[in-house]
Amino acid sequence: MSERTHASKKRRLHLAAHFPGVNNTTVWADPRSRSQIDFASFEHLARTAERGLFDFFFLAEGLRLREHKGRIHDLDVVGRPESLTVLTALAAVTERLGLAGTVNATFNEPYELARRLSSLDHLSAGRAAWNVVTSSDAFTGENFRRGGYLDRADRYTRAAEFVRTARELWDSWTPQGEPRPFAHQGQHFDIEGEFTLPRSPQGHPVVIQAGDSPEGREFAASAADVVFTRHGTLEAGRDFYADVKGRLAKYGREPDDLKIMPGVTFVLGDTAADAQERAAEIRRQQVSPQNAILALEQVWGVDLSSYDPDGPLPDIDPDPESTLVQGRVKITNALEIAAKWRALSRAKGLSIRQTVIETTTRQSFVGTPEAVAAELEEFVATGAADGFILVPHLTPGGLDDFVDRVVPLLQERGVYRTEYRGTTLRSHLGLREPIWKG
Amino acid sequence: MTLHLAVSIDQPGAYEAAPYAESALLAERGLLDFVTLGDSFGRPGADALAVLARVAPGTARIGLVPTVTTTHTEPFHVQAALATLDWVSHGRAGWAIDVSESEAEARLFGRRHAAPAGELWREAGEVADVARRLWDSWEDDAEIRDVATGRFIDRDKLHYVDFEGSAFSVRGPSIVPRPPQGHPVTVVDATAPHARDTAARYADVALVRVAGLPGAEAARAELRAAAAGFGRDPDALKVLADLTVDLGDGEAVVDLAELIASWHASGAVDGFHLRPAEPRRDLERLVNGTVALLQHRGLFRTFYPGSTLREHLDLARPANRYAALAGDRHE
Repeated sequence: MSERTHASKKRRLHLAAHFPGVNNTTVWADPRSRSQIDFASFEHLARTAERGLFDFFFLAEGLRLREHKGRIHDLDVVGRPESLTVLTALAAVTERLGLAGTVNATFNEPYELARRLSSLDHLSAGRAAWNVVTSSDAFTGENFRRGGYLDRADRYTRAAEFVRTARELWDSWTPQGEPRPFAHQGQHFDIEGEFTLPRSPQGHPVVIQAGDSPEGREFAASAADVVFTRHGTLEAGRDFYADVKGRLAKYGREPDDLKIMPGVTFVLGDTAADAQERAAEIRRQQVSPQNAILALEQVWGVDLSSYDPDGPLPDIDPDPESTLVQGRVKITNALEIAAKWRALSRAKGLSIRQTVIETTTRQSFVGTPEAVAAELEEFVATGAADGFILVPHLTPGGLDDFVDRVVPLLQERGVYRTEYRGTTLRSHLGLREPIWKG
Repeated sequence: MTLHLAVSIDQPGAYEAAPYAESALLAERGLLDFVTLGDSFGRPGADALAVLARVAPGTARIGLVPTVTTTHTEPFHVQAALATLDWVSHGRAGWAIDVSESEAEARLFGRRHAAPAGELWREAGEVADVARRLWDSWEDDAEIRDVATGRFIDRDKLHYVDFEGSAFSVRGPSIVPRPPQGHPVTVVDATAPHARDTAARYADVALVRVAGLPGAEAARAELRAAAAGFGRDPDALKVLADLTVDLGDGEAVVDLAELIASWHASGAVDGFHLRPAEPRRDLERLVNGTVALLQHRGLFRTFYPGSTLREHLDLARPANRYAALAGDRHE
């Protein structure tokens, strides 16, 4: 019986692993937390993901250190290595695992980045993926030749043209391996010459898109192989899933040509109560007293350092025009959020820290391995996701439990692979190789 | 004077990892200081830095020196990638700086026209300069993980570089913590006159292509004098003769060992960077023949006494410029 016939009975789910990042999801104060820079950490997490037969390993990108009140933010993990170089090194210590790197389309040029991505694809024998992101702020631009003058609308058209151009370069050699000149003339790029690499082992590196705006959804539907979303609840997931899959047909694409994978967190316990208790403890670690004040300042936009994290919320109003925090998404509806937080705090008698714990992002899946496996299956069976990008809260051992305890249950349920069938990332994801457009 | 040996592992037409990994392992078996891999945006092949990152985990001691160009690249990305190569190789990274002079390469980017070599090498010097500032932008002990105060880093040990160059500016700090060697090793091919100043000022290793012993001697003396002129200790600049070697003839292995021994004995050079004419054959003969002969005569190391590329080259780990300033302030 073919794989496809099986799949029609029970939808297989896809798993990927996100290396813990530089935000307060990552708990560094835990004694089990190790370096976020040493290669050993990346190797451990990647090998664990491969042991769990994951589709890919995912790295975020940093282009400027975050700031708060004009100074470098010092409460969360700070600093990380450059994505594509780490991933290329990981290709040496893994065999099947896909290697996905976030690389900005704003502060890079298509020729150079297409070449670096194709190099990763060749050097990993077909396991490369590129998460396309954009940025527009002058803050980040201060580290680059281009500077910070690309506005929001332009950055999307640039990103779309960037991906198109990269694909033209990846297709510029014939399937027989002969180089042919390329020429691209568009709104953002006017380039020509000869690409230095043959078509890569999976045709093109897999293209991942993250972002939720209407432009982002359309871009994903037209150009991406995987969408990395934040819709971690069933309801929001189903709406997003239906919306994005519904946009594919007009680009001549099938629903299976684009995989939707929310980034999710998890907490496992031997019993439901045990898992809840662990989850609460992790939340307390994630929201230190200092982080609670910081979260408050991000909403209020003013200095609140004199407030007691164990005391009540401030009565002063937020400053909606503030640029207190730089290098992260700006809060746009501060007054509304502050009102909601105050109401909650009053109703439940919560301190600042408790309010922040209560209101900010929580763990997506909390429970016994059996319960988590069942919930993951439900998401996929009911059309809320094609799989998940797991975001562990510990470096580098944060995935160990999941692979040891949840993966076998998913396999027993018949919704997860028991071995890699192919060698390329496209084959893991069930994606077709892009047709050569010479 | 310690003899330093390096070898190019260029292999035209190889796009996958295996031949490079094999060559680097072979060079490591020969205890060479480092391998180089050439690159340009106009030559067929994979990105050299990526290839050597792929080679890093399978090797333990050999230095890894990709060519990295500075004309069309972003200095911030370049320094981050090199610092990362140093992290993944545990202190074995270097970079051979080069520029892109041709209009054909400029057309691959469409951002600027080709420029004269002198201008490009001045910019390359600025890139080398800002890279070092960014590598210093984190002091070595900036990460504190202080649970009591909730602080992951001591932000007083992170520094803005605020660099204004002729063609770019960078605010900093780097996003990558200071790499294991402090600064990855900087290599410059100083054969072309335009590259000489940049080499004398910024290189840890200068390569010179010369016809004979007198040429090598003269080039080394000139580079050392120029380095001293920039306020550097000339011994911190190693000058290697860059030779293409064809070891097809059975006797060539011995001849090469003779030449290396005699040039080195005369003090003309600190060592050699060898480019095999026939990549696989010549590298194997070099390691199993020439190196073995040099070891037998006590002229070349028989084990790696250190683990970083700087240690192989007898180069000190650079002090952090910002830490030194901060130290002054506290006194």
